[in-house]
Amino acid sequence: MIKVLKPGLATSVQDLGREGYYHLGIPPSGALDQYALSAANHLVGNPPGAAGLECTLIGPELEFQQDALVALSGALMSPRLDGEVVHQDTAFHVRAGQVLRFEFPKAGARAYLAVAGGIDVPLVLGSRSTYTLGALGGFHGRRLQAGDELPIGEPTGQGRAGNSLPMALRRSVGGDVTLRVVPGLYYERLTEAAKSSFFAEPWTVGSEADRIGYRFKGGSALSFQPREQPFGAGSDPSNIVDSCYPIGSIQVPAGLEPIVLHRDAVSGGGYAMIGTVISADLDLIGQMQPNQRAGFVAVSLEQALDARRVYKKRLKAMAALFNN
Amino acid sequence: MAETSPIRYSFGADEHLFAEVSDSMSLQAFFKGMAVTRAVERLALDGVLDVCLANASFQIRFDPDRIAPHVLLDAVQGAEAQAVAERTLHTRIIEIPVLYNDPWTHETLMRFRDRHQDPSGTDLEYAARINGLADVDAFIAAHSGAPWFVSMVGFVAGLPFMFQMVERERQLQVPKYLRPRTDTPKLTLGHGGCFGCIYSVRGAGGYQMFGVTPAPIYDPAQQLAYLKDHMVFFRPGDIVQFKPIDREAYDLAVAEVDAGRFDLRIRPLEFSLDAFLADPIGYPKTLQEALA
Repeated sequence: MIKVLKPGLATSVQDLGREGYYHLGIPPSGALDQYALSAANHLVGNPPGAAGLECTLIGPELEFQQDALVALSGALMSPRLDGEVVHQDTAFHVRAGQVLRFEFPKAGARAYLAVAGGIDVPLVLGSRSTYTLGALGGFHGRRLQAGDELPIGEPTGQGRAGNSLPMALRRSVGGDVTLRVVPGLYYERLTEAAKSSFFAEPWTVGSEADRIGYRFKGGSALSFQPREQPFGAGSDPSNIVDSCYPIGSIQVPAGLEPIVLHRDAVSGGGYAMIGTVISADLDLIGQMQPNQRAGFVAVSLEQALDARRVYKKRLKAMAALFNN
Repeated sequence: MAETSPIRYSFGADEHLFAEVSDSMSLQAFFKGMAVTRAVERLALDGVLDVCLANASFQIRFDPDRIAPHVLLDAVQGAEAQAVAERTLHTRIIEIPVLYNDPWTHETLMRFRDRHQDPSGTDLEYAARINGLADVDAFIAAHSGAPWFVSMVGFVAGLPFMFQMVERERQLQVPKYLRPRTDTPKLTLGHGGCFGCIYSVRGAGGYQMFGVTPAPIYDPAQQLAYLKDHMVFFRPGDIVQFKPIDREAYDLAVAEVDAGRFDLRIRPLEFSLDAFLADPIGYPKTLQEALA
């Protein structure tokens, strides 16, 4: 068991998510930074999709009640085990009774904790990921609370303390971020001026940034072409007849602040989407803090697929390294 | 006509194919979307993760490592060309009890009055007025007077969007709140644009609030009989008839829910789009009779 002494801001159990229920309004969920969770899992000998802890901005305080092999990846949150510094992207032993603490991230927004054997909560609709809005999955369908005791599964025995991610496979977090976007969906509803300002101007992450979506501020308001609104769409020019929302899609309610939906997305609604962040860049959003700067750059679908191939190649290299 | 024009496709980056059947809402557009999505499901394409039907559009979530985006698009367009727009539907009609003008949505709407178009009244008073109805009672009579068609499930887990089976001139229409609320009671009846909804869980929302139902429609614990098959009750194509109830009946129903004994009146039904279009006043009444 891992006992939660302090829960942190928004710590939840996540694996790589569940597919096949978005048509019922149940989003994929899963780690916002899938690469970091996969890395932490490989280091402790887990399959990449084992359930770990996603620790957001203010990390938890965790008391291990049994010996365990643990690894941390993602945001740099100065982890200390009984006061001793432990290293990022490197597996380490924890003895029963030891306490792991974090500090506010120096860079990034989400640290991923993997423990050999994984966090052993029940599978719900094929995944152990927490979907908080629907009180589904994870640990009792919610973020962690003080006093929770998290069961640990059976380790594979393949993990080794000191296992470390090679520098070539580490990713830096923090700094200015460029998010690649395939324009589309209702992009043509924007005026030409709005199309160019959206991609040209710098944006910063707003305070409303969570697993559902990230709101961006600081750029010019985006105007939509005037039209007589179609029946059922609602009166604002940014409204459409309620439709499905892709994960990563960008909506701009009333033209004011773009919102990029993430893995706990609302599955649909009535705001026009102007494009979608490519799958290879979704991890980057999960590591962004409020007030961090971002820019959007338009790419083609082919470029999105190329970026995905590069991303998947790194994941494969990581898997090859740790799978004996 | 909108339903005969070709579907507009657009990729939501590398994992989603988005399809707009029509930019305006109609049952014809919904039926066309349903026909195409069912045809796509029958293809059972490897790499298709989720086929999501919406009011007048749909979306396919896919894994491009398993199916190339343009291979998928070709297959979907092939399905569109082949799909015979279904004009009838084997479905069910469900009676949903509603306590209109309840104390909980009233408390919530007063708390968020500064975000509303008409801070001096309630959501029901506002909706009655802008729809040209005499008073709240007349609005409730219109809202519960004809059945509703579930045309989408989503936003949050298990939330049904519903389109009332009346002529377009009689569709109740209200704008959303000026700024969304951060809170909506669980099982609130909402309305925005031409769509009704039932908030399946407590949370943020922008729809006007008219009442609450005691009937859970989403429950991961699946405690009631009608939620045993799936934690999400509603499916697109379901037909809903609202039944106004008083506070006493509401409290009784909540007690039944808590005791695990509550059940819904559900009857099988054959819906004909052509019969509805030919007689939009008389045909829905024949559907209501299935509940008698």
